Amino acid sequence: MTEVTSPDPDTSAAAGFTQETLWMLAVRDQRDKAAFSALFDHFAPRLKGFIMRSGMGSGQAEEIVQEVMLTVWRKADLFDPGRAQVSGWIYQIARNRQIDVIRKENRPVPEELYEDQGSEPDASQIVGLEQEASELRQALARLKPDQREMIEKAYLGELTHQEIKSQTGLPLGTIKSRIRLGLERLRHELKDMRSDD
Amino acid sequence: MTEITHHIPDHLMAAYTAGSLPEPYALVVATHVSMCLECHASYEAHQALGGAVLETAGEAAVSEVLKSDVMALLDAPVASEPVYKRSGVYPGPIMTALKGRAPRWKSLGLGVRQCILSGNSEGSVRLLYIPPGQAVPDHGHNGLEMTLVLQGSFSDETGWFGAGDVELADQDLEHTPIADAGPPCICLAATDAPLRFNSFVPRLLQPIFRI
Ligand SMILES: [Zn+2]
Repeated sequence: MTEVTSPDPDTSAAAGFTQETLWMLAVRDQRDKAAFSALFDHFAPRLKGFIMRSGMGSGQAEEIVQEVMLTVWRKADLFDPGRAQVSGWIYQIARNRQIDVIRKENRPVPEELYEDQGSEPDASQIVGLEQEASELRQALARLKPDQREMIEKAYLGELTHQEIKSQTGLPLGTIKSRIRLGLERLRHELKDMRSDD
Repeated sequence: MTEITHHIPDHLMAAYTAGSLPEPYALVVATHVSMCLECHASYEAHQALGGAVLETAGEAAVSEVLKSDVMALLDAPVASEPVYKRSGVYPGPIMTALKGRAPRWKSLGLGVRQCILSGNSEGSVRLLYIPPGQAVPDHGHNGLEMTLVLQGSFSDETGWFGAGDVELADQDLEHTPIADAGPPCICLAATDAPLRFNSFVPRLLQPIFRI
């Protein structure tokens, strides 16, 4: 991993947050450009590789990387470590942007769930999600190469929903525990948000 | 609101998250996710899997100038995009499709109305308004048809669908959904039928036109 300066270690670091989460929180809460620069160094090459795999040239891929990273900076207040890992959050921004560019239309997106002020997720919730994410990565790594390839194709947007349904071996089961954990967090959050409805 | 019992299955959520789901269905999924915590959690889980793929699927070196360009733009002013909020029974994604305006209904006869939100050769998505006791118009689909209830409810051979429920139907499903007693049933319906077949015929009239 790239060696860069990170935000001062604090209790969240001690609690086991990943480096990317710490950078993202520094960007969100302190508008920290050094942390953003570190995020850029980590994600920009991955984003470019990811975008070029779906057939875009280097120049257009870099244009999208630029827009995605600027969105990360501008919409940082929407990042909630209790609900998303940085990589998953950036993945969605990148896919949405790529589709908008290809189809020249805005992809329908769900309503944002805004955090209630003062309902910050507790550290154990965040660490739980990060453990899940790391288990997910390990589960991916353990797959046979052809199965792994199918997952990559599915999440690169190269398979239709019919193809995803008929491809056996997509480990959709491995995300069930992630769904349960996410649901717990959302229910907890909804309790705080009830007054809006 | 009663509990939602008919959700977005995993393969559709994966395709939605990855952006490979055609736009008419994507609007139904985005709307359902705005109404359903369980599917919101599922959406987030698929994003986590997408994030794992992003982390591990390989890198391509970026040019030096890209980073300096991005860093230089951080403080540039940005025009804010309009955000359309939920209004009445219409969640944010529908209000966005309506550009913030109320639906403009067109009569289909027998009190049934529709408002087309978008359509092209690949499919279409529309709002339907069905008075109690009337049948939900046939979408004339060849493949997948998705119908999301926003208000009221309908029932057919396969079950009961209340607010938030999504019915998935393929061409093999012979069904006749009828709006239940109570408030008029308002649904969001997506189909792969091209928009030129948009002269919906209320289902009760159909036998007249069939051989
Ligand atoms: Zn659901």
